[in-house]
Amino acid sequence: MYSPAKAWREFPQRYRLEAERCTSCGRVSYPPRVVCPACRARAFEPVTLPRDGKVVTFTIVRVPPAGFVEAAPLPIALVELTDGTRVMVQIADVEDPAQIEIGMPVRLEFRRIRSDGEAGVILYGHKAVVKK
Amino acid sequence: MRDVCVVGVGLVDFGELWEKPLRRIWTEAALAALEDAGVDTVDLVTIGCMSSGLFTGQEHLASLCVDELGIAGVPAARVESACASGGLAVRTGFAEIASGLSEVVLVTGVEKMTDVDGAEATFALGTAADQEWEGFHGITFPGLYAMLARAHMARYGTTREQLAKVAVKNHANGLLNPHAQYHLKVTVETVLGSTLVADPLRLLDCSPITDGAAALVLASDDWAKAHAKGRPVVKITGSGMATDSISLAQRDDLSELKAVRLAGERAYQMAGRAPKDLHVVEVHDCFTIAEIMATEALGLFEPGGGGPAVERGLTAIGGRVPVNTSGGLKAKGHPVGATGVAQVAEIVSQLRGEAGQRQVQGARFGLAQNMGGSGGSSIVHILEVV
Repeated sequence: MYSPAKAWREFPQRYRLEAERCTSCGRVSYPPRVVCPACRARAFEPVTLPRDGKVVTFTIVRVPPAGFVEAAPLPIALVELTDGTRVMVQIADVEDPAQIEIGMPVRLEFRRIRSDGEAGVILYGHKAVVKK
Repeated sequence: MRDVCVVGVGLVDFGELWEKPLRRIWTEAALAALEDAGVDTVDLVTIGCMSSGLFTGQEHLASLCVDELGIAGVPAARVESACASGGLAVRTGFAEIASGLSEVVLVTGVEKMTDVDGAEATFALGTAADQEWEGFHGITFPGLYAMLARAHMARYGTTREQLAKVAVKNHANGLLNPHAQYHLKVTVETVLGSTLVADPLRLLDCSPITDGAAALVLASDDWAKAHAKGRPVVKITGSGMATDSISLAQRDDLSELKAVRLAGERAYQMAGRAPKDLHVVEVHDCFTIAEIMATEALGLFEPGGGGPAVERGLTAIGGRVPVNTSGGLKAKGHPVGATGVAQVAEIVSQLRGEAGQRQVQGARFGLAQNMGGSGGSSIVHILEVV
């Protein structure tokens, strides 16, 4: 079960794309970390992730995990945002998955990800849509 | 540091072992290794197991298993590094003997995966990935490797057919291994015609769900030489381990498996060997792309050279450096916690000259590479006949 406390704890990142930038080296951590993996400093300032980016690599999940059965086939990409941060997201609104390619420009939009069973939490977050 | 030898190996036949619980599978492999070594008890037992909790509902595994073997009282530790748990069990046993803490250690790996349905097994395996930030969006294990495959293809021109040829080769080797789950000839056409799991990976690019266990008896060099009884003595001359981000989003380069490269470099350095010295190699081919990337990360081929190498037959039995003579995870099966131990068992069989129809003639130096998740951890061992 996806506990309400866990869903609540993740709202800042899932709903608002809140991240943190290291005040020493400038690396953006999403999700925020205690220690910067680039320089090991521990001081950060809040930043919001940019919404625009491009596909670094992708797949189409044909055998979905629990919770995504009705959504399959599921295009999922690793997207590099304009500030260099990478996020794993679904690609939404794609009629023909064969159109997806590396380097394709996309934009993150707030979407429903899945519901946790019939009575559980409804989970929201961001998905990428292809920029026209 | 003391030298460490492998003095016993034992495996059960891998497969869907519906009639046997985890404890029985484990005990059969452990007994086979103890009998092969000619010992009836040990100073320590290590058990590599990824997720007996999720797969069977059982934790506290080390005590359970040791009791089952009839040697309760002996210290025992279960270790976990996802699909590299078996390799970590080998390394833990190696360190115990090298340090002088133990003289003889039983190293084991086990996974009982068929007591849950496919969706539960997929979930259990998925816990080796970053669940909060990647699994949340619906990515699966085949999906993560599919992303690595796509990145590798884009950077180096690795082809779909080259991936298929890994499966063809490993199934051909599996036909020669009586312990393998599948004794099945596979062609490029069958691989390319199998159902898509996560583009571009198809069903026959993926290792299966398997029940199985494997075991080794490790001993100090002095003990091994005193008890050799004319058999070749196989020494572990190098042990390397490394970690990497389990989240793909946090990695700089998706076309190399950094943890494999680092673990390999550390093992080569300890052994005083180079990739060109190796006669036989087992790598962690949980997916066909993983074998190609692992052979590159271990320095057997240049980056981007792994695909062409399998295409030219360089990694087949009889080729320049045979890879996965056991059939690999692909054909032998992949009981995740057992895999790292079974890989070392295959190298020992090869170096002893006991590998039957799949024997690499004159093999004296071998390497086994085990991997956790999509490269978040890797453990490499180098073995030699002394």
